[in-house]
Amino acid sequence: MATFFGEVVVAPSRAGLDEEEEAREETPEDREIRREIEKKREIDVLWTWQAGGCAEEPLVCSRFIVAIGRNAAAFLSSFILDSVCWEVVGVVKLWNEWCRTSSTTNVLPTDSFCLFYRLISDPTVLLCQCSCYVAEDQQFQWLEKVFGSMQKKGLQVTILSTCPVADYKTQESTLTLVSPFLKALKTKEFQEPVCCPLLEQPNIVRDLPAAVLSYCQVWQIPAVLYQCYTDVIKLDTVTIEAFKPLLSSKVLKSLAKVKFHV
Amino acid sequence: MFIPCDRGGDSAAPDFKGFTLLMPAVSVGNVGQLAIDLVISTLDMTKVGYFYTDCLVPMVGNNPYATAEENSTELSINAEVYSLPSKKLVVLQIRSPFIKNKYRPFCETLLSWVKSSKCARVVLLSSSHAYQRDDEQLLGTPLRYLLTPDLEKAVGGRMKELNWKEMEKVAAYPGISDTDKVLHIPGGGITKLLFTESCSEGIQMAVLLKFCSEGDNIPDAFVLVNYLNEWLQLIKSESNNSTDPSSQWKIPSSWRLLFGNGLPPALF
Repeated sequence: MATFFGEVVVAPSRAGLDEEEEAREETPEDREIRREIEKKREIDVLWTWQAGGCAEEPLVCSRFIVAIGRNAAAFLSSFILDSVCWEVVGVVKLWNEWCRTSSTTNVLPTDSFCLFYRLISDPTVLLCQCSCYVAEDQQFQWLEKVFGSMQKKGLQVTILSTCPVADYKTQESTLTLVSPFLKALKTKEFQEPVCCPLLEQPNIVRDLPAAVLSYCQVWQIPAVLYQCYTDVIKLDTVTIEAFKPLLSSKVLKSLAKVKFHV
Repeated sequence: MFIPCDRGGDSAAPDFKGFTLLMPAVSVGNVGQLAIDLVISTLDMTKVGYFYTDCLVPMVGNNPYATAEENSTELSINAEVYSLPSKKLVVLQIRSPFIKNKYRPFCETLLSWVKSSKCARVVLLSSSHAYQRDDEQLLGTPLRYLLTPDLEKAVGGRMKELNWKEMEKVAAYPGISDTDKVLHIPGGGITKLLFTESCSEGIQMAVLLKFCSEGDNIPDAFVLVNYLNEWLQLIKSESNNSTDPSSQWKIPSSWRLLFGNGLPPALF
């Protein structure tokens, strides 16, 4: 399709599965290779808090804050996390075409990682920084494995994520939009006030943030997603600061390192 | 897996016994999905649950059928189930593509749900690449249907009355042998798989499809939904007093901005 300016935009084919895939009968070798790859792509969630306690018991969690992507993770590092109040309690080990994370909890900020922290003074507050790429086929597993070890009663989930402002659909031109800006989506059960305007139709959110919010919607867990639309995809202080209004939200207010008067 | 929306209280899971399940195939031009949107929006169907699966790419957004400020902030996910008991109709809308290698598990889960929910029949709205038609398919209407043997017995006669065209089988080895004929639905996504599985499992299924190309597929969606309406009579057709039959269908609010954002004012 050619746009107004004449450049050709290749729309991803919406034809579903391609011919080859449809016609091909899987040979035993193909099947074995596929199974091996699937095994390799399986993700592992290693909880370190279980070392002393009973591994079978689900984690009692009142607040679960998930930061997806480098900017959202950096926001938590800058305004919430510190080594005095928080301890690492878990790590996700995964392998895919874009990234590999190990089971180590000693990570550099530049690494790709997915770590879980617990507030020492209130162990029911759990935080996740996920700066690694979780592939489409791994997102469901991520949900099942992370939420599978949590008690869902009394749980509230907050998700922070970023995406390109070019993905934002609006009647006006994206050139006139002042980015970065925040938009929110919430599940039916989430009753608290939201810190920014809700995301308008026909906008959608995809990938892991969408997977987490869908899970919460289906299983009736109160959850809110704050999506930051930004024109800088790399780690960027302006984008990190765009999340600052959230520090006044009920869930993050008590956790902020420095009290802001917004 | 089907998960009802309201599980609290005494309200039992919705009963779909004897219902017709209407669903799209994620296929060329998203024609089936667009047509389903028109059905849900026009009949003002109620959301009754989710089809929770690991086979579809996750996506979330606000209510695609919002009619007012009040109902615009209901969260929607990638696969949702809507129902209209008065017409014995249940609709599954799929809003995202399949994850690689997950077509087969999806079809298996779907068909086992069809059986356990005791739906009477399934109607699959689909599409196929127009450019891959053979000589025979190029003639006449671009609309085709397929019926599984179990449904053929029940409604085969009705299709003849409507003067509908059955999807032609094409030569497996064109130019070499014209005797081996196979069902070929290029660009139809899971259509063929779901149809052949339904045939062998004795499920009553009809496939309604349109040959089309990618682009602005809204007109295709109207044509397909009108085709469906000829048979199921979901809405009263007023073909004699209206010049534009599409006007009876209600376009959902989420169809806005399908072709991008506004233009920068500095241009003018």
